[in-house]
Amino acid sequence: MKGRSWVGDVLWYAGAIALALWVLAPIYLIGLLAFSPRMAVYRWPRPLLPLELSVETMRFFVTATGTLAATWNSIVVALFTMILSLILGAPAGYALARFFFPGREAVRMGILMTRMFPMAILSIPLAVTFIRMGLYDTPWAVALVHTAMALPFVILITASVFTAIPRDLEEAAMTLGCSPLSAFLRISLPLALPGLAAAALFTFVISWNEVFAAAILTLRQRTLPALVITVLNESPLYFRFAGGFFMVAPALVILLIIRRYLFHLWGVSGR
Amino acid sequence: MGNGKAPEWLLPLALLAPAALFLTFFIAIPSVQALQLAFHSSSGSGSLEPFRRMVSDTRFLPALRNTLILIALIIPIQLVLALTMALIAQSRRRGAGFFLYVYAIPLAISELAAGLVWLAIFTERGYLNVILHGLGWIQRPVIFLSYERPLGILLAVVVAEAWRATAIVMVTLVAGLQMILGEYWEAAEVFGANLIQKIRYVVLPLLRPSLQAALIIRTLFAFQTFAVVVALGGGVLPVLASEAYNWYVGAHNPHVAAAYALVILVLSAITTGLYLRLLRVRPEELGR
Amino acid sequence: MAGVRLEGVRKTFGKVVALREISLTVEDGEFFVLLGPSGCGKTTLLRCIAGLERVDRGRIFIGNREVTGLPPRRRNIAMVFQSYAVFPHMKVYDNIAFGLRMRRVPEAEVRRRVERAAGMLQLEGLLDRYPAQLSGGQRQRVAVARALVMQPEVLLMDEPLSNLDALLRLHARAELKRLHQETGMTIIYVTHDQVEAMSLGDRIAVMREGEIVQVDAPMRIYEAPATVFVGGFIGNPPMNFLQGVVEDGEGGPVFHLEGHRIPLSLAGEVSSGQQLLLGIRAEHIRVNDESHPGALPAEVLVVEPLGAQLLITARIGTQTLKLSLPPGHPVAPGQLLWLSFPAEAIRWMDARSGRAIPASAPGSS
Repeated sequence: MKGRSWVGDVLWYAGAIALALWVLAPIYLIGLLAFSPRMAVYRWPRPLLPLELSVETMRFFVTATGTLAATWNSIVVALFTMILSLILGAPAGYALARFFFPGREAVRMGILMTRMFPMAILSIPLAVTFIRMGLYDTPWAVALVHTAMALPFVILITASVFTAIPRDLEEAAMTLGCSPLSAFLRISLPLALPGLAAAALFTFVISWNEVFAAAILTLRQRTLPALVITVLNESPLYFRFAGGFFMVAPALVILLIIRRYLFHLWGVSGR
Repeated sequence: MGNGKAPEWLLPLALLAPAALFLTFFIAIPSVQALQLAFHSSSGSGSLEPFRRMVSDTRFLPALRNTLILIALIIPIQLVLALTMALIAQSRRRGAGFFLYVYAIPLAISELAAGLVWLAIFTERGYLNVILHGLGWIQRPVIFLSYERPLGILLAVVVAEAWRATAIVMVTLVAGLQMILGEYWEAAEVFGANLIQKIRYVVLPLLRPSLQAALIIRTLFAFQTFAVVVALGGGVLPVLASEAYNWYVGAHNPHVAAAYALVILVLSAITTGLYLRLLRVRPEELGR
Repeated sequence: MAGVRLEGVRKTFGKVVALREISLTVEDGEFFVLLGPSGCGKTTLLRCIAGLERVDRGRIFIGNREVTGLPPRRRNIAMVFQSYAVFPHMKVYDNIAFGLRMRRVPEAEVRRRVERAAGMLQLEGLLDRYPAQLSGGQRQRVAVARALVMQPEVLLMDEPLSNLDALLRLHARAELKRLHQETGMTIIYVTHDQVEAMSLGDRIAVMREGEIVQVDAPMRIYEAPATVFVGGFIGNPPMNFLQGVVEDGEGGPVFHLEGHRIPLSLAGEVSSGQQLLLGIRAEHIRVNDESHPGALPAEVLVVEPLGAQLLITARIGTQTLKLSLPPGHPVAPGQLLWLSFPAEAIRWMDARSGRAIPASAPGSS
C-alpha cells in the first residue's frame, strides 16, 4: 500500500476543521450573546469576539419570574425519569441480554416499534387522563411520559451493556460459590455500572430537553423548555438567547462526562 | 440453574414484565384514547367532526406540506453530512477521536435550544448579518425570518435541524462503520478502488443496516419537528406537530389535536414500512 | 477428590438434542478427556456436570453424592473456562481469592492458599496486576489457579488451551500434565484437539452428535477405534479406510479389494457380498519398492516431506490412502510402491454401520 499523501492530509484536516467549526461556532455565538450586556443584542454592527463580557443577561433570565421554579421542575422531572427508566429498563435489558426465551426477538422488535409513536400521541390523550386523575400539571405526569419515551432507549442500551459483559464471568462466579443473584451483584453489576451510569445520564438529558409533552402536560408547574417555549413570543430576544444557553450548558457538561460511552451506547441502540 | 422447580422462562419474564406493562400502559392506552378522542366530537358522540375540522382548517394543508418538505430537505442533507463526519472521524490520522467527540456534541442539544441558537444567527441583527456586514457584502441588515417569507423560515429550520440532528445519524453510522472500515476498506484499496468507489461499492452497501436504523429514527423524529419551528418562526410556519400543540393549548380542543397526532402516527408508520421494504436487509447479508 | 458418574443424562435445547442418554464413569484422580468435533455436545456435557445447564433427564453423581438438582456452588467443583472468565475488575490476587472468600475462609488462610497456588503457576509477581495487564498465557494460569485454590472434588476444564498460540499451548499442555501429577486431582477436560487429548488423558471419551462413541485409553483409541468416525478423527493422518467386499475363497471368506484378495481374520460373522472397510494406520503399512507375493501395487500421487517422515498419498485402483516412509527414501510421484497390510494392524469395519468387527486373534491389535 502506498503511504498517505500530504494532499490527502491537508484535505482531511481542512474538512475536519470546517465541520468542527460548523458544530462549535453556533454554540460559541449563543454563549457570547448570553454573556454580553442585554442591549448588545440590538447593537449593529457588533464584534464577534468577547470584548465586553457581562452576566447581566444571564442574571435577567435566571431572576425572571418562573425560571428558578421551572429549573427545579426540570431537574425533578429528569431525575425521576432517570430513576424510573433505569428501574424498569435495566432488568428488561438484562433479560434481553442474558436469556434465550421464545419470542425474544419479537420483544426486541416490539420495543423498537414503540419509537414509532409520536409524543403527540402519548401526551395529548394522557393530558385528558391526567386531568381526571389529578396528576395534570405536576412534574410526575411529565416524568411518566418522559419515561415512556426514554424506556425503549434505556432497555436497548442496558441490553447492549450487559451483552458486552461475557456470560462466562457470571458462570465462573457461580462455580466459585456464588448464587445467581450474588454473581450478578458481584460481577456483572460492577462491570456494567459505568455503562449504566452513562445511559442514566443520557436519559437525564433526553428528559431535560423534551418540550412537547412538558408544554402539553403542565400549566403552572412548567419545566424549563416548557416555560421558555410558552413565553417565547412575548419575551425579548436576549431572554430567549440566555434561555437557550441556559438549557444547553448542563446538557453539554453531561455529554462531556459520558463521551467515552457515547458511541457504544448509541451504536448498539440504533439497531 | 435453580433448584429444578421454576421453569427457565420465568425469570426473564419477571424481569421484562414491569417495563412491558409500563410501555403498554403509557403507549397502547394513549393510542386507543387518541382514537377515541379523534373520532368523537366535543359533545361526546362518535363522529368524524374532529377530522372534518382539521382538514377544513386553512393551516392543515400547509402544515402537512411543510412537514413533508422539511423531511425531504433535511434527511438527505443529514445523511451526507453524517456520512462525511463519520468517515472523517474513522480515519487513522491524529485528532480523529477529538473530531468524533466534537461532531457528537449536538446530541445534547434540544430542538428548542437549537432553534434559539440559530435564531441568534438568523435574526435581523443576528450574527449572519454581522458577518455579512463585516465582509462588506451588505450595508443594512437583511431580514431572513420574515412573516411575509415562510420560505426563509423553512430554510432556517432546515439549517438548524441539519446542525442539531446530524449527530444522531452520525453516531449510528459510526458503529456500523467501525466494522466495515478495517479489512473491507483496505481490501478495496488493494484492488485499486478510489475514494468514491470505496464509498459507493463497499461502505454504503455494507452500511445498509445502520443506514436503515438511522433513517427510520431520524424520519420518525422529523415528523415531530416542533420547537425549532416555533423558535425560528413564531407561528408563521405551521407543521403537523405545532398544529397539534396549538389545537390543544391554544384552542383547548383535544379532539382535533388527537386527530393531528393520528396523522403523524400514520405517516410515521407508513415511512417506517417503506424504509424497511426499500432498504431490506436480508439476514445472510449481515454475515452472521 | 472424587469420581464422577453420569446415568442416562439427556439435554435438549428446544428441538435440538445436545446429549442423548449419556452414561459415564470417571474414576477418582483420573485425567478424563471429552473429545469431539464442535457441536458434538462435549461442552454441554461439561456444563451439565458443573451445574450450569439443567439436565432434562438422568442423574449426576460426584463421589457418592447425587448433585443432579444442585446449583454449581453446591457441587464442590471448579471450572476453567475457554475464555478464562478472569474477572476484569479484580486484581489477580482477588481473582484467585474470590472463591475462598465466597466460602468465608479466614483471610490469613486465603492468603496462604492463594500464594501457594500462585507459586505452582508462576504467578507470584503478578498478584497486584489487573487482568488487562496480563498476556493470554498468564490469564490462563490465573484461571487455573483460581480453580485450584478451591481444592474441588472435580476440576472441569473447557478447552483451556484453545486461545493460546501454538508454542505456548505446547508448554501449557505439559504444565497441566505436571499439575495433575502433583495434585492427583480428578480432571474432566474438554477439547476438540486430538493431540491434546492423546497427550493429556488417562482415558478419552470420543463424542459425536450428543453420544459417546468410545471410551478408552488413548493408545487403545488410536490403535483400535470403535468406529470409522473415531479412526478418522484420531491421529494425523487419519486412519486409512479401503472399501471392498467379502467373497468366498478356498479357506473361507476373503476380502476383495480393487482386484486383490486379502485374507480375513475375523471373530465376527461375515457373509459373502458384505461391504467391509479395511482400516489401517499410515505407519503400519509395509512398503516395498519391488513387487513381492501378496503385496498390492499403489501409485504415488503426492509426496510431502514433513521432516521426521515422508507422508505419501498413494492410489490403489480408485481409492487413495496415506502412508509414511522414512525421510530420504527415494520416491517420486508416478512411481509404483508395493504395499502389504499386517493382519494384526488391520481394523475391520462394517461399511454400512461404520462399526468395528472384532479380530479373531485376541490381543492382536
